[in-house]
Amino acid sequence: MTQTQVNNPDKRMILVCCGTGCLANGSGPVYEAFCHALEGNDQFEVETFAKATGCNGLCEKGPLVKILPDDITYCHVKEEDVSEIVEQTLLKGELVNRLLYRDPATKQYYRSHHDTNFYKKQHKVALRNIGEIDPTAVQDYLDRDGYRALKKAVKTMTPGEVVEEVLKAGLRGRGGGGFPTGLKWKACASTDDPQRYVICNGDEGDPGAFMDRSILEGDPHTVIEGMIICAYAIGASAGYIYVRDEYDLAVKNLICAIEKAKKCGYLGKNILESDLSFDIEIVRGGGAFVCGEETALINSIQGNVGEPWDKYVFPTEKGLWGHPTVINNVETWANVPVIVNFGAEKFASIGTEGSKGTKVFSLVGKVVNTGLVEVPMGTTLREIIFDIGGGIQNGRKFKAVQTGGPSGGCIPENLLDLPVDFDNLSQAGSMMGSGGLIVMDDRTCMVEVARYYVNFLASESCGKCVPCREGISLLLEILTRICEGKGTMEDLDLLESMSSTIQQAALCALGRTAPNPVLSTLKYFRDEYLEHINNHRCPSGVCKDLTEFYIDPELCTGCGRCRRNCPADAITGEKKKTHVIEISKCIKCGECINNCKFQAVKVK
Amino acid sequence: MIMAVNSQQIADRQAMEKIINRYPPERRFILAIMQDLQKHLNYLPKEALKMTADHVNAPMTVIFSMATFYKAFSLVPKGRVVLKACDGTACHIKGSNVLIDEIYSCLGIKPGETTADGDFSLETVNCLGACALAPVLVANGKVYPKVTPAALRKIINEYRGQDNDSNTSE
Repeated sequence: MTQTQVNNPDKRMILVCCGTGCLANGSGPVYEAFCHALEGNDQFEVETFAKATGCNGLCEKGPLVKILPDDITYCHVKEEDVSEIVEQTLLKGELVNRLLYRDPATKQYYRSHHDTNFYKKQHKVALRNIGEIDPTAVQDYLDRDGYRALKKAVKTMTPGEVVEEVLKAGLRGRGGGGFPTGLKWKACASTDDPQRYVICNGDEGDPGAFMDRSILEGDPHTVIEGMIICAYAIGASAGYIYVRDEYDLAVKNLICAIEKAKKCGYLGKNILESDLSFDIEIVRGGGAFVCGEETALINSIQGNVGEPWDKYVFPTEKGLWGHPTVINNVETWANVPVIVNFGAEKFASIGTEGSKGTKVFSLVGKVVNTGLVEVPMGTTLREIIFDIGGGIQNGRKFKAVQTGGPSGGCIPENLLDLPVDFDNLSQAGSMMGSGGLIVMDDRTCMVEVARYYVNFLASESCGKCVPCREGISLLLEILTRICEGKGTMEDLDLLESMSSTIQQAALCALGRTAPNPVLSTLKYFRDEYLEHINNHRCPSGVCKDLTEFYIDPELCTGCGRCRRNCPADAITGEKKKTHVIEISKCIKCGECINNCKFQAVKVK
Repeated sequence: MIMAVNSQQIADRQAMEKIINRYPPERRFILAIMQDLQKHLNYLPKEALKMTADHVNAPMTVIFSMATFYKAFSLVPKGRVVLKACDGTACHIKGSNVLIDEIYSCLGIKPGETTADGDFSLETVNCLGACALAPVLVANGKVYPKVTPAALRKIINEYRGQDNDSNTSE
């Protein structure tokens, strides 16, 4: 690729991604270095400034830096690269080629992230502003149609029309259940009780999912605007955002956004000179997974232990402090302003018959392009994992993709062409959940994965009902036994019958869906269970008691990579000669197998 | 020495009072009060629970049930260095269990435990949202990406080295 001249804009923006992934990768100092380099620098032909934005999604390549309007994206930018970018790109108008995105398959360089496979197939609705705006600047949000939907609703629509619009759009809850949002609003609005509440569920607890965090951090105003529109539609006077306390930046940006929305007159008394008065308070969660369940969350806001209650009566009738309450998830709220702004029909034109719009997924695990992606409902798993995600890391083999968080299931290779929506995933024995997509390769043990999720759920079970508290513990006990090589064939029957009991008898969705990881792995990967039980062998080399690694002398080139990476000094061998693993010293961490470029390290 | 302890206690008490008084005396603020207390003190001593109970006019049983239900709280002091191993799914399938085992063999602590000398505590967290960096370890707030067992030993030694006076146990 030759060096390309950069166009001459009127104003230049350097957008430094400061999402969680990029921050952990060191984007904070990069942003500061840009601010420092730009401050008082009068060499630029046009006004140039730096902005810290939310997550761009392509966390694998972070820290990411975008230059607008030139539309240049730099990857893996380090503090020390900043002066070169200023010198080459901002002053001379030339690209720094080595920092451009390079396609792992074609080895081609891309000037703009928009042209890469990772972004091309995406369709951003909920994430439309993230990575483009400074989340602490309300003007940035306003410049991108911010609070226009609220104005439209309050000034030109009746509350009933707003509810109808959301209903017509076919928006379903993005937090897991997939309940039609419009129906919730309608049910709440039609109650007699004049005291009503709006809640945003930001207690994102699924391990491996971080889309809500990214929205709250990167575009807090869209959530706030969605809630105010709902307040207008259902006649609520108070709202709460329940957010995990661990999400420091999300809490900080929310506080800042609420304050600014108040100053602009979007929150408070007589919003936009109407009769609507609405305020939002932040409640920080205490780190209990069950609080993602709406009734448990309501309990937690009320200052109680976060235990769920049986939903004979829905929160839309009797919710917070006994009053009708609409509770929606962060991503759901982020869709609301778009629906009101551009109309239900436009929104419903995206997606499948039963699932409208887009869905944000956190694409993680053994996939090349780890990150946050948003695609139209109905996109196939194969497109998400292989086209957008770039396939499996280190050229290994795809085994399964886990969707739906701990309550979801594992989907095997032969279902990769499944169009992803609420109904298809449920049919495959999994669920949409909040949108975690965890890609697994042949080095992932499916029995151990089931054990991992059940272990998580056992420790997160609130203990209120017996089927969940005792049942999940029993599942864990059996799965642990199988992973240790002490399982029997009867254990498989017991797993199935106990799972069925829990599904039917548990009080809330946490318990009722807890057997999903067990049942889906039993369904699709039964042979792995049988290997563990009958042959005392973990084919993926994960369960330590059932694993022994060895080096295939036919394939070993004696490169020494495994020896150098072994933390236990268990590998010996001379250069260019076959290496050997000393079993007594081996801690079975798998570093050798992960590092071998010749697939010479194998599982016995 | 005793004087020092007492003045420390008084200072702690004053700080706790200040935190608690930021909130109206209503039960719905128990969680928020205890989160702020935990952040300030690193754990919730009995005194903190009592003062919270008095402030919101709730029995100790209510406060205690909240403090033991929510994962964010600890009723025992944490170590000088808090290691947080991310055990979210992405980190897990990329070997966080190997790290947790290695921490046990280096320091003799499991998740939720603290070394006898009070140097290290180990906690597991469910997802830090930095899945591209899996497996992730956080030591006193500093994020270490893509940690291998070898890198882990280096990190532990680094933090051990900061405190030469007290030799850590095996």
